Amino acid sequence: MATVSTAAVPAFARAAAAQAGASQTVSNPRAPVDATLTINGRDHVLAFDVRTSLLDLLREHLGLTGSKKGCDHGQCGACTVLLDGRRILSCLTLAIAAQGRDITTIEGLAANGQLHPMQQAFIDNDGFQCGYCTPGQIMSAVACVHENHANTDDEIREYMSGNLCRCAAYPNIVAAVKQARPLMQTASRD
Amino acid sequence: MRPFIYERAPSRNAAMQAVTAAVDTKASYLAGGTTLLDLMKLDVMRPQHVIDINALERTVHGRIELDRNGLRLGALVRMADAADHPDIQQQYPVIAQSLQLAASQQLRNMASLGGNVLQRTRCTYFRDVSYAACNKRNPGSGCAALDGFNRMHAVLGTSDHCIATYAGDFGHALIALDASIDLVGPDGTRTIPFAELHRLPSDTPDQETTLRPGELIVSFTVPAAPWTRRSLYLKVRDRQSYEFALASAAIALDQQDGTVRDVRIALGGISTVPWRAVEAETVLRGKAIDEDSVAAAADAAFVGAKGHGHNDFKVELGKRTLSRALQQAAALEI
Ligand SMILES: Cc1cc2nc3c(=O)[nH]c(=O)nc-3n(C[C@H](O)[C@H](O)[C@H](O)COP(=O)(O)OP(=O)(O)OC[C@H]3O[C@@H](n4cnc5c(N)ncnc54)[C@H](O)[C@@H]3O)c2cc1C
Ligand code: SF4
Ligand code: FES
Ligand code: FES
Repeated sequence: MATVSTAAVPAFARAAAAQAGASQTVSNPRAPVDATLTINGRDHVLAFDVRTSLLDLLREHLGLTGSKKGCDHGQCGACTVLLDGRRILSCLTLAIAAQGRDITTIEGLAANGQLHPMQQAFIDNDGFQCGYCTPGQIMSAVACVHENHANTDDEIREYMSGNLCRCAAYPNIVAAVKQARPLMQTASRD
Repeated sequence: MRPFIYERAPSRNAAMQAVTAAVDTKASYLAGGTTLLDLMKLDVMRPQHVIDINALERTVHGRIELDRNGLRLGALVRMADAADHPDIQQQYPVIAQSLQLAASQQLRNMASLGGNVLQRTRCTYFRDVSYAACNKRNPGSGCAALDGFNRMHAVLGTSDHCIATYAGDFGHALIALDASIDLVGPDGTRTIPFAELHRLPSDTPDQETTLRPGELIVSFTVPAAPWTRRSLYLKVRDRQSYEFALASAAIALDQQDGTVRDVRIALGGISTVPWRAVEAETVLRGKAIDEDSVAAAADAAFVGAKGHGHNDFKVELGKRTLSRALQQAAALEI
C-alpha cells in the first residue's frame, strides 16, 4: 500500500517537479527528486530536496520522530536505524540513496501491540534517564544481538560504543542487552 | 549543504561516463558517505555532482578473495565485513584489527574500504570553515593549527604548511603489508603501490593523493608473506572505543628461534600520511625482540619527529606504543 506525501515540498517546487516528471537524472540540482522508500514494511512515494538526509526525511517529512538527531555528524548514534537489517546512521545517509532498501525505525520494532524484547528490557532495567539516546540505543542493541556481538559484557560495551548516552545509563544498557539477548535468540529459533 | 546533482551509476562504465560528463564541474563518488556527507554538511567539500557507486558492490568491487598469493579486498567492501571475516582475522589480523578498532559498528557497516583510505583529516580548523587559515581547505591561507590547538596533530611528515594527522587506521595496516591498489579511470586501468597513494603535505597540503581526475579505486591487494599471521594493530586513544588514535602501531613480524627474520612496521595517529617506519624495521632485523632492541627501534622511528606544543607528548607516546606493540607481536601464540 503506497502513500503519497509531498507535504514537505513547497508548492512552487511541487509544480516544478510535476513538470520535470519522474526523471531521476535531473539537470537542475534544486528540483525535488522523486523516490519510493520502504519504511517499516510500507512503501512511501515521496518528493524531496536531494540534500535531505534519511534522518530528516523520517522526522520532518514523515513524522517518524523516534529517530533522534544528536549531532548530525555520525558522532553519537542517536539516529541509528536498520537498513536491510544492518544498523546504520541515518544522519549520514542520503534519503535518495536509501531507495530499494528496507528501512526499520524504532516505530517499526513492536509487533502485534507487543513491545520488542529489547524495548521491554530497556524498561525493565531502567536503561535510560532522559530517553533521548534510547531509540538509537535500542536499534543498535537489536542489531548487536543479531550480529552475535553481545556475548560478554565487554563485547556489548565495545559494540555499543557507537551510541553515546549523556545521562550515562551505560551499566543499565548492558543489563538490558543481556536480558533481551536470550529472548531474541529463542524468538528467532521459533 | 549546497545543492548537487545525484546520479546512481549501475555499472563501472556508467560511473566512468558520469564522471567524464561532469568534468567541468566538481564530481565526487559516493560510497558510504560517512566522510563525504559529513564534510558537505560542514561546507568543506562542495561537489556539484554526486555519483553513487554503491550498485558496484555486487561486482568485483564488493568482493573479498583470499588464496595462496594473498588477499584481495574490493573497494566497496564495508569495514565491518572485512573486520568480521574469519580468514582475515586469522591470516591478516593486523587488517581485521585496524578496521575493528575504527569508528563504530554503525559507521563500519556503512563505510567502504575505498572511502576509508580517502577519508579527510579531523583537524578542527580544516573542518570549521569559519577559520580563514587552512592551507588544505584554502591553499595559501596559512595554517591555524601551527600556533593553535594542535594536541591531535602530527609529529612526523609535517611541513610548515600543514601538520594535520592522517586519521585513518586501515591505511597503516595496508602500508605495513606492502599492499597495492587497482585503479580504473577515464583513461584506463593501472595498479600502484599503496605507499604511493598519499602525498606528504609539503607546500601543497590541498593535494592529498596521486589519484587522477575521475579515478576510481577498484580493490586492494595484500601479498601473502611470512609475517602476515604474526601481526597486530595497537591503538592508543583518549577513550577506550569509538575514537581516533593518539598513537597506533601496525606490526607484522616474521621471527624464528627468537630472532627477527623480517618485520613490517607502520605508525598512526602521529603522521600526516600512512607512515611506514623503515628505519625501525632495519634496526630490528636479525635481533631478538627485547627491551633494548624495541627501544632502539622506537628511537629510530621518531628521529625526525617534531612537536608543535600541545602534541609534544606524541613523540614519547608513539615510541611506547611501538615498543608495546612489538613485544605483543613477539609474544603472540600462532
Ligand atoms: C564519528 C566518526 C568516527 C570515525 N572514527 C574512525 C576511526 O577511528 N578510524 C578510521 O579509520 N576512520 C574513522 N572514521 C572515518 C570513517 O572510517 C570514514 O569516514 C569512512 O571509512 C569513509 O568511507 P565511506 O565509504 O563512507 O566514504 P565516502 O564518504 O563515501 O567517501 C569518502 C571519499 O572517498 C571518495 N571515494 C569513495 N570510494 C571511492 C572509490 N572506490 N574510488 C575513488 N574514490 C572514492 C569519495 O568521493 C569521497 O571523496 C570515523 C568517522 C566518523 C564520522
Ligand atoms: S594542519 Fe593542515 S588541515 Fe589543519 S589548519 Fe593547518 S593546513 Fe589546515
Ligand atoms: S545524529 Fe546521527 S550520529 Fe549523531
Ligand atoms: S538517557 Fe539521556 S542521553 Fe541516554
